[in-house]
Amino acid sequence: MHNDPMNAIPSPTSTPAPWRPRIVAFFCNWCTYTAADLAGVSRLKYASNVRVIRLMCSGRVDPQFIVEALAKGADGVLIGGCHPGDCHYVEGNYKMLRRFQMLKRALKEMGIEPERARLEWISAAEGEKVKRVVNELVEQVLKLGPLNLPQRAADWDKELAELEEKIKAGEAEPAVA
Amino acid sequence: MSASSKPKVALYWCASCGGCEETVVDLAEDILGLVEMVDIVLWPVAMDFKYKEIQAMADQSITATLLNGAIRSTEQEEMAHLLRRKSQVLIAYGSCAVSGGIPGLANQFSLEQILKFNYEQAPTLVNEARTRPQLRFREDGREVSLPALHQVVRSLDQVVEVDYYVPGCPPTPKLTKAALGALLEGKLPPKGSVLAPDVALCDECPRKQTRPADLSFSQFKRPHQLLADPELCFLAQGVVCLGPATRSGCGSQCAAGNMPCTGCFGPTSRVRDQGLKILSALCANIASKEESEINRVLEGVPDPIGTFYRYGLAKSLLRRKVDLPAADEKLEHGTPPSGGSSRRNVDSPAALGPEAGV
Repeated sequence: MHNDPMNAIPSPTSTPAPWRPRIVAFFCNWCTYTAADLAGVSRLKYASNVRVIRLMCSGRVDPQFIVEALAKGADGVLIGGCHPGDCHYVEGNYKMLRRFQMLKRALKEMGIEPERARLEWISAAEGEKVKRVVNELVEQVLKLGPLNLPQRAADWDKELAELEEKIKAGEAEPAVA
Repeated sequence: MSASSKPKVALYWCASCGGCEETVVDLAEDILGLVEMVDIVLWPVAMDFKYKEIQAMADQSITATLLNGAIRSTEQEEMAHLLRRKSQVLIAYGSCAVSGGIPGLANQFSLEQILKFNYEQAPTLVNEARTRPQLRFREDGREVSLPALHQVVRSLDQVVEVDYYVPGCPPTPKLTKAALGALLEGKLPPKGSVLAPDVALCDECPRKQTRPADLSFSQFKRPHQLLADPELCFLAQGVVCLGPATRSGCGSQCAAGNMPCTGCFGPTSRVRDQGLKILSALCANIASKEESEINRVLEGVPDPIGTFYRYGLAKSLLRRKVDLPAADEKLEHGTPPSGGSSRRNVDSPAALGPEAGV
């Protein structure tokens, strides 16, 4: 178990459970989700750290989805769409590509390693690529370590606790002077 | 202040520039009507009141408090709690109170970085001794103190419960009048409402008709990089305009002044994160399909956080640059000479210095 944290199962006796990367994946209905289906039918094994969300198109992936996933505790995000030129809706994947380029810059400026987010074109026939990309991203995120944004935000707000406790205890008139 | 049956109103400022206070003054002669109808019990920018007078009031005895400015210091935090307790209705007034505003951009830096720059590194600075403000200072047996700065800049509702929001940097006199009118007539909408229209600015923009059906950017321009056509949609001119992701209600004043929207009214109720929404809307419509060319076009936005989150970083999904410390090991403003361990001085009568609360 120690050698393979990707597949480590938290045992009831050991607390706390070892950290396992959590990856949220947004796959387009027509290509990448079908590819993930193919990977399943072909019994390809890939890291179980990924939670797949099916959307009609990678162009539907709002950057809010990606950042909200990270803010709520995901360690990485994967977006899968059709290859350029193959989009069911003509341009959805290009729209995602353009947003993604800027989003990576914005994430970096906000202190999040852009390598935690990955955009890949995976066609319906590329079950093998789903396996490879998921495993690679899990490896990458393992290297980067936990992102743990909910805990960081909770830590930031500890500076508010002192006054709140005083008010609760009725110790101090909550006002200056 | 003589006892009267008029509703009591408080106006208070926290981390703000004073622009919101200007808007109240910009009510012009209408302000006379306002003071006829209400008793102003606190308005530090214009009138002399003492915090002690507020403390002495019964809880909920203020009908409404309009609080502007972000919450950055312990004093602001304490006043937010005090005014919350004394007020029936607490209104976050202006972008800073609503979503952190310009001061919220400080959430890209640690407190130490900010103090270091401002007291040691700023090019306009003369401070060879590298003196920083002390939280406590003793002289002639008297101890004076300053409020401590928090690490994180917060919107008002990240500190206390807020009843209504009036957005804008600053809010317009028209919105202010409408909000006060609704308040005095008891016609306020459901709690938590933003007291401004819930549609995007483009809807009321005088340039709306010139907005192309298919936007396509081959270059992003900043306002100083072109002589903007005064009637054509900014997006059609390649200018980054936050109108599509920003709530209306300002009267399109910036567009009327031939400047693009910078987003001060915040998002509509359907959008959680204004910055990401405008990032999405603008970038998706770049003309090119080539990664290198897309990146070249994106270089036209040199500061994405400052551009897309100019007024809303503190209230965004991430709130703050995530790798910044939650607390610094040493006291930011310099170690207090007395070695006092408490950073907060609620119980100290000298918390605001000798002038306060006399």
